[in-house]
Amino acid sequence: MKVAKHTFDAVIVGAGGAGLRAALQLAEAGLRTAVLTKVFPTRSHTVAAQGGVAASLGNSTPDHWHWHMYDTVKGSDWLGDQDAIEFMCRKANEVVIELEHFGMPFDRTDEGKIYQRPFGGHSMNYGEAPVMRSCAAADRTGHAMLHALYQRNVRARTHFFVEWMALDLIRDSQGHVLGVTALELETGEVAIFHAKATIFATGGAGRIYHSSTNAFINTGDGLGMAARAGIPLEDMEFWQFHPTGVAGAGVLITEGVRGEGGILRNCNGERFMERYAPNLKDLASRDVVARAMVTEINEGRGCGPNKDYVLLDITHLSPEIIMKRLPGIREISIQFAGVDPIKEPIPVVPTCHYMMGGIPTNYKGQVVMPQDGDPNAPVPGFYAAGECACASVHGANRLGTNSLLDLLVFGKASAETAVADIKSGNLTLRELPKDAAEPSLARLARLENQKEGEPVADVLLELQRTMQKHAGVFRFKDMLEEGVQKILEVEERVRRTAIRDHSKVWNTARMEALELENLIEVAKATMISAAARKESRGAHVRDDCPDTPEFPNGRNDKEWLKHTLWFRDGNRLVYKPVNLKPLNPDTQPIALAKRTY
Amino acid sequence: MTRVVQFRIYRYDPDKDQKPYMQDISVELEPTDKKLLQALVRLKAKDDSLSFRRSCREGVCGSDAMNINGKNGLACLTDIDSLTQPIVLRPLPGLPVIRDLIVDMTQFFKQYHSITPYLINDDPPPERERLQTPEEREELNGVYECILCACCSTSCPSFWWNPDKFVGPAGLLNAYRFIADTRDTATSQRLDDLNDPYRLFRCHTIMNCVDVCPKHLNPTKAIGKIKELMVSRAV
Repeated sequence: MKVAKHTFDAVIVGAGGAGLRAALQLAEAGLRTAVLTKVFPTRSHTVAAQGGVAASLGNSTPDHWHWHMYDTVKGSDWLGDQDAIEFMCRKANEVVIELEHFGMPFDRTDEGKIYQRPFGGHSMNYGEAPVMRSCAAADRTGHAMLHALYQRNVRARTHFFVEWMALDLIRDSQGHVLGVTALELETGEVAIFHAKATIFATGGAGRIYHSSTNAFINTGDGLGMAARAGIPLEDMEFWQFHPTGVAGAGVLITEGVRGEGGILRNCNGERFMERYAPNLKDLASRDVVARAMVTEINEGRGCGPNKDYVLLDITHLSPEIIMKRLPGIREISIQFAGVDPIKEPIPVVPTCHYMMGGIPTNYKGQVVMPQDGDPNAPVPGFYAAGECACASVHGANRLGTNSLLDLLVFGKASAETAVADIKSGNLTLRELPKDAAEPSLARLARLENQKEGEPVADVLLELQRTMQKHAGVFRFKDMLEEGVQKILEVEERVRRTAIRDHSKVWNTARMEALELENLIEVAKATMISAAARKESRGAHVRDDCPDTPEFPNGRNDKEWLKHTLWFRDGNRLVYKPVNLKPLNPDTQPIALAKRTY
Repeated sequence: MTRVVQFRIYRYDPDKDQKPYMQDISVELEPTDKKLLQALVRLKAKDDSLSFRRSCREGVCGSDAMNINGKNGLACLTDIDSLTQPIVLRPLPGLPVIRDLIVDMTQFFKQYHSITPYLINDDPPPERERLQTPEEREELNGVYECILCACCSTSCPSFWWNPDKFVGPAGLLNAYRFIADTRDTATSQRLDDLNDPYRLFRCHTIMNCVDVCPKHLNPTKAIGKIKELMVSRAV
């Protein structure tokens, strides 16, 4: 197969919030940049974010970035790196105000400022009371943000390669990253994108679970590419189950519903969160609320004929508030739950939503991995931002509205670092290895020539069911260990998938087969990292690590206050320390404590 | 109880087909399959060559627009049970077909890009947000929510005849989004740009756009407001 070659200063993979924010920075610096994206930019999954983006603007209640930092560290169950968290919380106002200047249609307060609403786990004065920190455009914040960022990129004349799927990361023998190979969906042609800097902004991988709020496209492509190129994946055992996915459909209902006053109820009509989180109640952290819901259901207090969901009630809110602040939620409820939330509560269940782990980076957006005794040595030429990256600001559990903030702050920071590295001459265009496209071509040839084999859809379903059953909201020692065996069996099946469609033109069967090869890397990393972490922390809670006086909430800081790094090669696990030191020497660190809400 | 649904689907793979054809195909659904997109995913498991775009499956990304029993809509928001069978699926009308239900949207996006779809304000930005009253912000409701799915423009006869010259309902709705934004300072250039027999005035208020918009937006109303502004500017 003939392989075309394109050369750029920088190539960005992904055009969601992080990719588009990075692209703006590179365009402003006047660098030749290519943005590769599997879907038209405004179809990226950032579009589905609903409730808001965090910033301590203090437009409606007093706020401070250090309170935000405290909430984020506590939310992360102290697994987040405090330098990166400080960086993000301090940058929040700047990136949100920039976005407003770009044209983002935020809702407004009576004074004309950006409207802010309360959100789970965000508090005033170090946990005292809920704070209004989530900057929102109704319940369509992600849509408003993604379109504003795309529009700004139209202004900047960013060069997009739309409906191109990146296949593999190109690294040379010294480990430098030189770009990617990619497949043009319309023609089936493969090309090399050779660049000085490569930024991954490929988003999440929630499709490893059977029940997920994530879009079909969230298949962890960046993680698969990184893992195949020998780069480890960090903290992959930590997956967020969003408390309120529509029961049966999985579609997201924003936490902003609870921010506006929504209440979770069990079959007795009881506001059960009062028992689990006496202070923040329904606005406790997502992992806490999700576990409380599953406990209610497991103890027989679920709702409906099968007692398998709980109810999210906003019938006490005025219809005007619902129509003004939560119009999209009303539409979703009518469409996917068949109920009008003005009149009836919405049936909800915890649903896979967000990957806290990812490609390890530092707060500058550089991809890092252990090398010569340094656990965080940068990989030259390689950057990552947004959900695919692990900075790590979310640690063991992400707070709502911190993901949109993450992609703005680190989308921008990763590009700024890349610009500096290019302009200083640190990064040059290095010679491509002769066989740069070989791994990708071999994967395509395998699919082309595989005559007998299993359908992709069957293997995908098995993968998703295995993850759902063995690595869900509550985890069990035996199930995790069995899960590792099962997912390795699924991996064997992934190697033998066969497609019947061999057209060159817009071959979605081929695309789905390639996506499955990325999903399996994410699934292995998750299951193996989860089976190995013998404590409960944040979203990772095991039956054999319960709450005891010695280990509050089952957390074992003595042995497990560390980041997991999973290497694809031999499914090797390595650990590295958590950074408990803030970036600035004057900043008060957030000391370890038991997490209660 | 098995639930089998009959389809008639437009098929065309330029790699092997001389010309397009309609394929009759049926699929067995699970009780949990409520939306058309879920049925299409089941069909694809049966015949992996069936090609269509899809992503968010909740009506906000705009990928899975298609012509469903003669009317444009999003597969993920269309109830299977609301459709008469066989369910006839065709690609969005008026745009070149690449394959099966996938159309070439170049012309659609070209028109969107032609309206300078970004906020223009050359004043030095303030340190904090530009202020906007809730009432001023209200003007953007019903406009900013467009998902660029192209259901409207590809149901518009004026866009079918002049896709290169008429901006079309989606582009004009977005043009109004910036005209209506009090933070945007380019209203008069925007109106100048649209004051053209084709770009704006090919709209004959047929209102197909309003009828099909999956987000319940009203491009005709936005176009009317642009025309009003032109008139009030002239007097």
